[in-house]
Amino acid sequence: MSTIQSRQFHHDAEVLTHDLRHRKLIQKALGGYYVKRDEQKAKFTDWQSARASAAAAKFEAVNHLDKYLIEFTDKLAARGTKVFWAADGAEASAYIAGVARAAKVRKIIKSKTMTGEEIHLAQALEKEGYEVVESDLGEFIVQLREEPPYHIVFPSMHLTRGEISETFEKKLGSQPADTPEELTMIARDVMRKKYCEADMGISGANFAVAETGHISITENEGNARLSTTLPRVLVTIVGIEKVVPKLDDLALLLPMLATSGSGQNMTCYNTLLGGPREQDETDGPVEYHVVLLDNQRTTLLADAEQRDSLHCIRCGACLNVCPIFKNVGGHSYGTTYQGPIGSVITPHLRGLQSWKHLSFASSLCGACSETCPVKIDLHHHLLQNRRNAIAEKFVWWEKTLFAGFAWFMRRPILYRFAAPLLRIGDPILRLIRGQVIDPVRMWTGTRDLPKAPPKSFKEYWRSRHANR
Amino acid sequence: MKISLFIPCFVDQYYPNAGIGMVKILEKLGHQVDYPESQTCCGQPAFNSGYWPEARSVAETMLDAFRNAEVVVGVSGSCGAMLKVFYPEMFHGEPREAEAKALASKTHEFSSFLVNVLGVGDLGAEFPAKATFHDGCHGLRELGIKREPRELLRHVRGLELIEMKEAETCCGFGGTFAVKFPEISTAMGEVKCASIAETGADLVISNDSSCLMQIQGLLDRQGKPVRSMHLAEVLSHSLS
Repeated sequence: MSTIQSRQFHHDAEVLTHDLRHRKLIQKALGGYYVKRDEQKAKFTDWQSARASAAAAKFEAVNHLDKYLIEFTDKLAARGTKVFWAADGAEASAYIAGVARAAKVRKIIKSKTMTGEEIHLAQALEKEGYEVVESDLGEFIVQLREEPPYHIVFPSMHLTRGEISETFEKKLGSQPADTPEELTMIARDVMRKKYCEADMGISGANFAVAETGHISITENEGNARLSTTLPRVLVTIVGIEKVVPKLDDLALLLPMLATSGSGQNMTCYNTLLGGPREQDETDGPVEYHVVLLDNQRTTLLADAEQRDSLHCIRCGACLNVCPIFKNVGGHSYGTTYQGPIGSVITPHLRGLQSWKHLSFASSLCGACSETCPVKIDLHHHLLQNRRNAIAEKFVWWEKTLFAGFAWFMRRPILYRFAAPLLRIGDPILRLIRGQVIDPVRMWTGTRDLPKAPPKSFKEYWRSRHANR
Repeated sequence: MKISLFIPCFVDQYYPNAGIGMVKILEKLGHQVDYPESQTCCGQPAFNSGYWPEARSVAETMLDAFRNAEVVVGVSGSCGAMLKVFYPEMFHGEPREAEAKALASKTHEFSSFLVNVLGVGDLGAEFPAKATFHDGCHGLRELGIKREPRELLRHVRGLELIEMKEAETCCGFGGTFAVKFPEISTAMGEVKCASIAETGADLVISNDSSCLMQIQGLLDRQGKPVRSMHLAEVLSHSLS
């Protein structure tokens, strides 16, 4: 039975796959990315060894979370940071709202956090009456449009400059603009004021370093640095899988994230946050809270087959090479995490039966696994999700079909005599092509069938031996 | 060498020339070719759809068919990957795991077998055409085959090989995916066909007939004059 999520996906995918303007836009955006990514990859002595080392660092962390998370939080707490362990989104949002209430916060400036998106943090805080402004340019644009991010790394990559200008005109009352510089200046004018007004900053984390108790944030706009240093209260929300053992691990993971994520050697701003302002310091937040979020990550951790999905550094590289993503777009997924990684982890985070369709919506081409900088076996996990979904709850007609298929294929003699009927039926299939009674109309709706040859290979082989 | 042919079901029924081409080439190289007639399907449609027990029961037919084979050479990268990569996974912890692993280790994809096992490059083939090569994803990423077909095509007299943009991007076939999500599959195929058209080639070659079924199906529907052929057909074309 198809779920609401599955029907929505089919519907949105159908619309987007016919949208040639969308297809061109995404192809063009990613075309530039491929060139820059490959230039940066070439700067590594050996990209494959780098992948292996990055995967090993994440493997070590993910398989010893009990050790590294405690080390991380102990170090942080020792310098005055309050740590909160949130089992789910509701707990995390409630805690953060509580912090805001206690500190008499009115306005919040937020830098990019996919974990925040995952639990709809901004919406939860807005509901409590707080003004929440996204400070990442792409996030700011989709926030104005009341849309979710289109892509983990490039939230507004589906929009043209013209569309962004229109959004600004409508929502900010700005003049039409055409260049990226002009558009950035419009957003900047609005945002500078928001930074100064905000009582609270919210950030995500790219990495959490256990050895030193630091949050690592990597970005290009400087907005995360401002959001985390200007307001008097700061909250960082971080998924438990973001921990890495050593500070040295960043020496590898940061350039790999930049290379895979945006085709850069390093991003422009890299920040390490170690705690609230200390007595002899003149700036930084007075109050610092780190919220560690589980939200079903431990369910994924318990699955030995797919545990490596927790290696993910949210670089978005698998989306960028995924031919499904490129054709259906980020919004069709209906998930926080789009593309291959989203199709793999969403069933674990939000329910297998509701989200299994994403694991079936793949040609299993493997481009995702090949590109993943931390070597997540993404496309094989899609196969495992399919197997698990069917083992848990099969589709009766499909089960009957495959049982029949198996029964037939287990009988070589039957196959030998019955399979040629397919070819005998060929002229009939051609006659009813694409009509309701066409049994293969899901194929013939858009594609021709291969022409049936006069003889099968089996027949060729037998006649050849008969003639000898 | 005694070589057992693995001819997947759809190649048997729809693309026998790919198999016949393989027979001609292997025999020309002086090998004894055998075709275990009890083989049917590798079980991939059921496997990819999540029906592993059904897929396993079909796969057992293949374990039986190739039990006594010394070397198995398959004409399709995708079905080859099923035997080589997914049988061991599917039979993991099952009674016939050892047999599945044994079959996996003696199975080879056709172009990889010629180049890496037999050390052949030039088959003396001639085929005048302007062609482009499409890498089937399973052959490319599950089996790591990229150089081999190009090495073989490089020696074909009269054949001009033009690489297409993003040759490694999926054509959108993906087995049951093609009929479960026809709109996505078709969009992917359209992108592939556009890359093919950009090269100006009049022939698309691949080491996987399933990809060619998708590509040719779209080209025919679009009324494009480009034809498609399996690598083995091209290489055996000038052989008697």
